[in-house]
Amino acid sequence: MIPIEKVTRRNFLQGVLSASAFVLCVQKAPLLAKAASNGTPGFTTSVAPSIDSTAFHPGVYVGIQTDGTVIIVAHRTEMGNGVRTSLPRILADELDADWSRVQVIQGDGDEKYGSQDTDGSHSVREFFEPLREAGATARLMLIRAAAQQWGVPEAQCVADPVHVVSDSKSSRKLGYGELAALAARQPVPKKEELQFKSPREWRYIGKPAPGYDVTEVCAGKPLFGMDVRVDGMLYAAIAHPPVLGGKVKSVDDSATLKVKGVKKTIPIDPFKPPHAFQPLGGVAVIADNTWSAFKGRKQLKIEWDNGAHAVYTSADYKKQLQQTARQAGKVIHTTGDPDAEFAKGGKIIEAEYFAPHLAHASMEPPVAVADVQAGKVTVWSPTQNPVGVREEVAKALGMKKEDVTCHVTFLGGGFGRKSKADYAVEAAVLSKKTGKPVKVVWSREDDIQFDYFHSVAAMYIKAALDSAGKPTAWLQRSVFPPIGSTFDKDAVYGGGGEMSMGWNVIPFDVANFRSENGPATAHVRIGWLRSVANIYHAFAVQSFANELAAAANRDPYDYLLMLIGTGHTIDAGQSPDVAGKYPYDTARLRHVAQLAADKANWGKRKPGNGWGMGIAVHRSFLTYVATVVEAEVDSSGAVRIPNVYTAVDAGIVANPEMVRSQFEGAAVFGTSIARTGEITATNGSIDQSNFHDYPVARMNDAPVHVDVQVVESLAPPAGVGEPGVPPFVPALCNAVYAATGKRVRELPLTRNGLS
Amino acid sequence: MIHLKVNGSPQSFDGDPEMPLLWYLRDILGLTGTKFGCGMALCGACTVLENGKAVRSCSRPMAKVEGLEITTIEGISAHGPHAVQKAWAEVNVPQCGYCQPGQIMQAVSLLSSTPHPTDADIDDKMAGNICRCGTYQRIRAAIHEAAKERA
Repeated sequence: MIPIEKVTRRNFLQGVLSASAFVLCVQKAPLLAKAASNGTPGFTTSVAPSIDSTAFHPGVYVGIQTDGTVIIVAHRTEMGNGVRTSLPRILADELDADWSRVQVIQGDGDEKYGSQDTDGSHSVREFFEPLREAGATARLMLIRAAAQQWGVPEAQCVADPVHVVSDSKSSRKLGYGELAALAARQPVPKKEELQFKSPREWRYIGKPAPGYDVTEVCAGKPLFGMDVRVDGMLYAAIAHPPVLGGKVKSVDDSATLKVKGVKKTIPIDPFKPPHAFQPLGGVAVIADNTWSAFKGRKQLKIEWDNGAHAVYTSADYKKQLQQTARQAGKVIHTTGDPDAEFAKGGKIIEAEYFAPHLAHASMEPPVAVADVQAGKVTVWSPTQNPVGVREEVAKALGMKKEDVTCHVTFLGGGFGRKSKADYAVEAAVLSKKTGKPVKVVWSREDDIQFDYFHSVAAMYIKAALDSAGKPTAWLQRSVFPPIGSTFDKDAVYGGGGEMSMGWNVIPFDVANFRSENGPATAHVRIGWLRSVANIYHAFAVQSFANELAAAANRDPYDYLLMLIGTGHTIDAGQSPDVAGKYPYDTARLRHVAQLAADKANWGKRKPGNGWGMGIAVHRSFLTYVATVVEAEVDSSGAVRIPNVYTAVDAGIVANPEMVRSQFEGAAVFGTSIARTGEITATNGSIDQSNFHDYPVARMNDAPVHVDVQVVESLAPPAGVGEPGVPPFVPALCNAVYAATGKRVRELPLTRNGLS
Repeated sequence: MIHLKVNGSPQSFDGDPEMPLLWYLRDILGLTGTKFGCGMALCGACTVLENGKAVRSCSRPMAKVEGLEITTIEGISAHGPHAVQKAWAEVNVPQCGYCQPGQIMQAVSLLSSTPHPTDADIDDKMAGNICRCGTYQRIRAAIHEAAKERA
């Protein structure tokens, strides 16, 4: 990636390509190619005038320089998910390009790329086919160029071995660079003409590769949003209202203005409900460096009008949620007749679970630079959704989206927080008011207290067991302030997305089942955090499965396999196109459970006396995961995690090395959630503020060893970034139960005398 | 006026002596490899070497660094990758990468005092550096790798 520091107010891609480079804009329909022209070099000119540029043409870009450098645009966000490696390698594979001659360029926020919203573990799933098509198209055009140059039939030319086209009847070869100019003059082939490689022929897909940027990252290069420096830039820190919807009643900035380096203070308007992605409002301190802005902010004396959400106190709210979860809720899904089955009596098991709010706490707090000049805005932002940034900035400034450019930097972690544009909008608002480029830097305290929080949730589950201990009826109810409240202040029920995350159906063979959802009013901004509602839903369902095993006096793993059954397709309410491509197949879940348990040597050692293993399975983002956690619990309640064994079936994987990284990381992320993750509010204000009171896992308390088995599969690719998190938490809690007999029904462990 | 050396170059600073070294490096000198994570010496993202020993630059006011030699991630990269950086790449440690300059500086400091650390040494000395992506297992492996390389 080009160091951000040197690229001020210019399009990243401008000037990257030489004038005669072959530029291919591959779109779902139609396809276009042309040589970059002298006057307007670069990818930005690759849409031919015959195409209606206002239409939606999702596409990806590849260019080949005459020196043979292949340039591939990474149009999705790199935040540790590995997309700047895995996505370009899919294209490079089908192009038969030499990976060492590929240059990856980050795309700006632009609708032409299709969805850039790097959320929901979508990247490979959504772009596997378009990227292969892009590579295959470019390869065919290079082959045709060679055939034309040599005056031989196309069939005689092959892209072999790599980065060259060879004449199969002679020893002639032409490199991709040599062919670039002629390739650019070939008509773009129709999709039906393309030949795709068979999986046997893949050279990159499914093969492990290190991160494309690893050397630059380890050298501390200026890659992140926090590292952006623009000439003449001012720095801003913002005092946000401590309670959602609060307003400034009065402000005394006299001490602030005496701080060396502070220039001025600027009020930021409160949002108009619903808050969505608007700034929270407050008072900004503008300074000539970050430290002065922080120091000046501390000196502000602000009287706040806290508003209606000052009623929010977590201990009281918890009781309300639990009360709601005990009453009938809105029915989400029913199979059979659970009420009739429950009425028959027999052995009834009930349990309640509770999981608190969480904050994202990505290592890089929210930060953005914006420069508003002459009716145009340029934003540099670590964002998961650059088009969203353009829309929100335009809305806030009363401008057109077309007048807002968003350059995407690397993200120092995202986990869903950086899908929201509020901090970039703050920078734009302040740049407009100062007439200068402004960098808004959130402190860790800002980050934790003014997050879009992962929702707090209460769950209730009841099952009837037959004489063999198998459930004949199952009722589950969850209650949480929904993400929908961020966009509709009256929303109190979970959306379809939240319900589909491990709640509307369960992967178990139970004839009579009903899922319900109860209402809850939000008092803080609710957002999505890595694996979202799956976290609390999997915690409840997979803990309850473990409780049933104990009630039936069965081994938890054997019991889990019995619950899953031998494999069947579940109607999970997926849309027909998703269900057709990604049927919910419990045989795949059973398979990963077996892989993880076998690797863990499940059942070889008797649990108890402070040692135990726990298992959980979960399907999310279309991926099947099983996790076995080994836990040691000492007499003080301190939990150590020597080993984690996880098995994942995500269909085709682009880069198994990145899949392993994501699942190793998910175990650590899950440890933070399970052991200490808890955000609470008192009178509407968040109680925690930094890593001392919102601790996350460190090297000495994270799992020591995480083993990841990646199932080799030719099923369509599914999600990878998030699905490792949900099963980890209940697997750990189940391990604690096996070790100690202590059942964790409320997260985190610190609420249970454990640590 | 405060005088110090940063990556071998003499520097002087006449600004707010309370300004933490972190912000001097980042905002005044433009050395952005040293990261801001918490501002309270809780996460280690801002780790630099002060006369060869790891410190949290977010909590070192400029008044305290008079006459000291500061080395940042840029300083150890000046002549090609350091053994620790090579090991980091070899093991493919980074995910998002934001904390890694701090992790690397802490590891450099650890290896200079303990050339052949045990797992327990590593856990002990690296526990102050948070990686939210969860690359700890690879960091541990990379430190062993770097120790081997330097042997």
